Amino acid sequence: MNRTRRVFRGAPSGRRVFRIIPGLHWLEAGSLFLLGCSAILLVGCKQEPRADLVIVNGNEPESLDPAIVTAVPDMRIAKALFEGLARLDARTDRPAPGLAERWEISPDGTTYTFYLRSNLVWSTGEPISTADVLYSWRRALSPSTASDYAGQLFYIKNAEAYYNGQLTDPSRVGIQALDSRRFQVQLDYPLAFFLDLCCYPTLAIVPRHAIEKYGDGWVTRTPLPCSGPYELVAWRLNDKVRVRKNPRYWDAARTRTELIDLLPTASPNTALNLYKTGIADVIWDKDLVPVELMDLLIKSPDFHNFSFLGTFFYRFNVTRKPLDDARVRRALALATDKEQIVRKLTFGGEKIATHYVPDGVANYQSPKAAGFDPEAARRLLAEAGFPGGRGFPALQYTFFASAGGGAKIQGKIAVELQQMWKKELGVEIGLRQIERKIFYSAQSRLDYDISASSWVGDYNDANTFLDMYVSTSGNNRTGWKNSRYDQLILEANRQADLLRRAELFRQAESLLVNEDIPIVPVYFYAGFALFNDKRVKGIFPSILDEHPLQEIWKPDRQSRVHVRQADLATRF
Amino acid sequence: MYFLRRFALVVPLLVVISLASFLLVRLAPGGPFDRERKPASPEIERRLLARYHLDEPWWRQYLRFVGALGHGDLGVSLQYRNHTVNDVIAQALPVSASLGLLAFGFTMGIGLPLGFFAAARRGHWQDYAGSLSAILMVCIPAFVIAPVLIIVFAIRWRMFPVALWASPLHAVLPCVALGLYFSGRVARLLREAMLTAVKAEFITAARAQGLSETAVLLKHALPLALLPVVSYSGPLLADLLTGSFVIETIFQIPGLGAFFVNGSLNRDYTLVVGLVVVYAVLLILLNLAVDFIYVLLDPRVRYE
Repeated sequence: MNRTRRVFRGAPSGRRVFRIIPGLHWLEAGSLFLLGCSAILLVGCKQEPRADLVIVNGNEPESLDPAIVTAVPDMRIAKALFEGLARLDARTDRPAPGLAERWEISPDGTTYTFYLRSNLVWSTGEPISTADVLYSWRRALSPSTASDYAGQLFYIKNAEAYYNGQLTDPSRVGIQALDSRRFQVQLDYPLAFFLDLCCYPTLAIVPRHAIEKYGDGWVTRTPLPCSGPYELVAWRLNDKVRVRKNPRYWDAARTRTELIDLLPTASPNTALNLYKTGIADVIWDKDLVPVELMDLLIKSPDFHNFSFLGTFFYRFNVTRKPLDDARVRRALALATDKEQIVRKLTFGGEKIATHYVPDGVANYQSPKAAGFDPEAARRLLAEAGFPGGRGFPALQYTFFASAGGGAKIQGKIAVELQQMWKKELGVEIGLRQIERKIFYSAQSRLDYDISASSWVGDYNDANTFLDMYVSTSGNNRTGWKNSRYDQLILEANRQADLLRRAELFRQAESLLVNEDIPIVPVYFYAGFALFNDKRVKGIFPSILDEHPLQEIWKPDRQSRVHVRQADLATRF
Repeated sequence: MYFLRRFALVVPLLVVISLASFLLVRLAPGGPFDRERKPASPEIERRLLARYHLDEPWWRQYLRFVGALGHGDLGVSLQYRNHTVNDVIAQALPVSASLGLLAFGFTMGIGLPLGFFAAARRGHWQDYAGSLSAILMVCIPAFVIAPVLIIVFAIRWRMFPVALWASPLHAVLPCVALGLYFSGRVARLLREAMLTAVKAEFITAARAQGLSETAVLLKHALPLALLPVVSYSGPLLADLLTGSFVIETIFQIPGLGAFFVNGSLNRDYTLVVGLVVVYAVLLILLNLAVDFIYVLLDPRVRYE
């Protein structure tokens, strides 16, 4: 037994000065080691050159693979790296020549012949030909790629049959390379927005050689062959995506900024701190500004907002009683004071929505729905058998609200709607807040009564808002099925005459917001960007919230230092 | 022998942990591909699930997972589809680990002296002041202290950057915000343990030998009083190394913590299970290390 031997030993001897506390030298050595390790790790962070432009872009990109991206922040980067046959003009949001210098459309509107530019190369130097276009589109259409947006190609002849496996020969899909520069597309019917789709990331041109070499992770490897105005320098998760001007891009002479950092920022407060201290030049995600400060920020000269193809609305589950009765749905819609929601809650310059397809969409003018009319609402509810709200079953309004950012407002809107319905109609609607993923799953399964919803247009055409309510669409999520509506959408999309097409869409939308009312539009989102327009140029109002990176530039790169010291305290 | 036995237990323990997390994350309602917008056709949705084998029965998915794990492969993240879970961990763990180690150093650097000092001056005002500050550290959560630190040191005085992770300077505020709470815990633990330790007979004996009070406390009481701190350090270190969601979000640090939380919220099955496995391995190893340090600190401890 020697358990107390050490304890009774005398004072420490000189040579064991580190053993004043027995055993502690291990801790000391350990801590020193750990500190050393972390110091090395920290110093090991490469000191990078400072970017010419820093943008707070939104959440960490889920992907940069154009065939896979679905979120707006991801698409902004993917489009800077990979271009399609056409690209969107930053000022007009209309398709302009991209990798294709021109195209011909057959008189019946179903055959497109694209002419590739002659000087196209990947950022790594290999030439780009129509074989790459063919590969890229077939890849997006291949089930093994599992592209969420493969449907964007289903307008092409035989494409859906090929995707579904009814057709195994890819050469029977209506796309072919006529020669190294001519690429031909056969559509099922004349599609008014096909060129818009050609600007879409899903149809962008991607490098076969890199994809076949690296598989899933191809887009994380540098050097990454890029077809767009920028090439990838680094993509570090939750840290940054850094892109550099692609000197081999066909229009490189007009790319204005050399090195750009895109920061994934999850917290609105952090985003604003980065902006205020001059680290970031631009914040362009509406979810990344603290809602609490919105009324202050909107007065700042740095605040820029613009109309945007996005609608906030709510859905009715028309398979549940009493919401299966259009009069009840109409009553709830008429009792919704949209003015009040916009005035009291949103602050970002949003406009009330009296129809579903936002204003400003190309070649289309929406019908108007009835506005706030509590008197008519009460009458309708009484007709439906609930005078003064008596006997109205306990329904719930379902929504999700994340802790920070723009989604926070959802909870406030829910409370406001609840109050309106109670005040105007005497009906008691419960509130049900659930997690985001559960929310979408519940919405798809029609496990709700009334649910908060939003929709943002993929391309600049009314179809991106209207085709989702056809009976077979997975995005319908209301249980509402109307064969007349289905017929109208189908006819409209086969219509080559744009005016006639708009008229058909108008009739369809009228069904949606005036007659059957499976959905109630509340307000249109406002696009938003925070930047000092004296220091950052080339961010134009965009109805699709797209701001091509190659257009953005800073007249005076030194000004950042300036601002850090002088301007900051006074700006806000 | 004892350590060998503990090591042998690691594998079955990991199987249980991974299976439990594998099932739990799938039991949660909603799936990785439940989004605001559905693909244009149900067929696309079906292919999407098939691509990641989510259409298979759970046990086959689990066997697939275990098979890949055998090669050290944790699979492809379902949210970040260009990245494997290994890739996510390889990028984020070093960041979390360096921040965690610094915070651990900070925790011990503040907590141990504070606790020792409070215990040595027990009953005096220094004790009360020390204990009060320790309690304050424990009571004020990181999401309060971090913004305060940012406002004062980053925005007003401009001594440190407001966020991001690029230089040692960037680590200072997050390290303090992260470590302060644990410093308070450590200080309180050490103080209590010291007060218990000084009541032991061998301390009386040491005093009787005529040793100075400092020597008694430092040399005889402290090693014993460190034991609770040491056992707390194992899980603490595992916690710190794997990152903190709050700190990482506020300072925009690319660590593991945010992936853990967002992975669960986004039903990124592979990422969550992968991170649970990594966390479990760390926790097991650090607990083993704690047991080992016990032997060094307390001669009475013997493992049969």
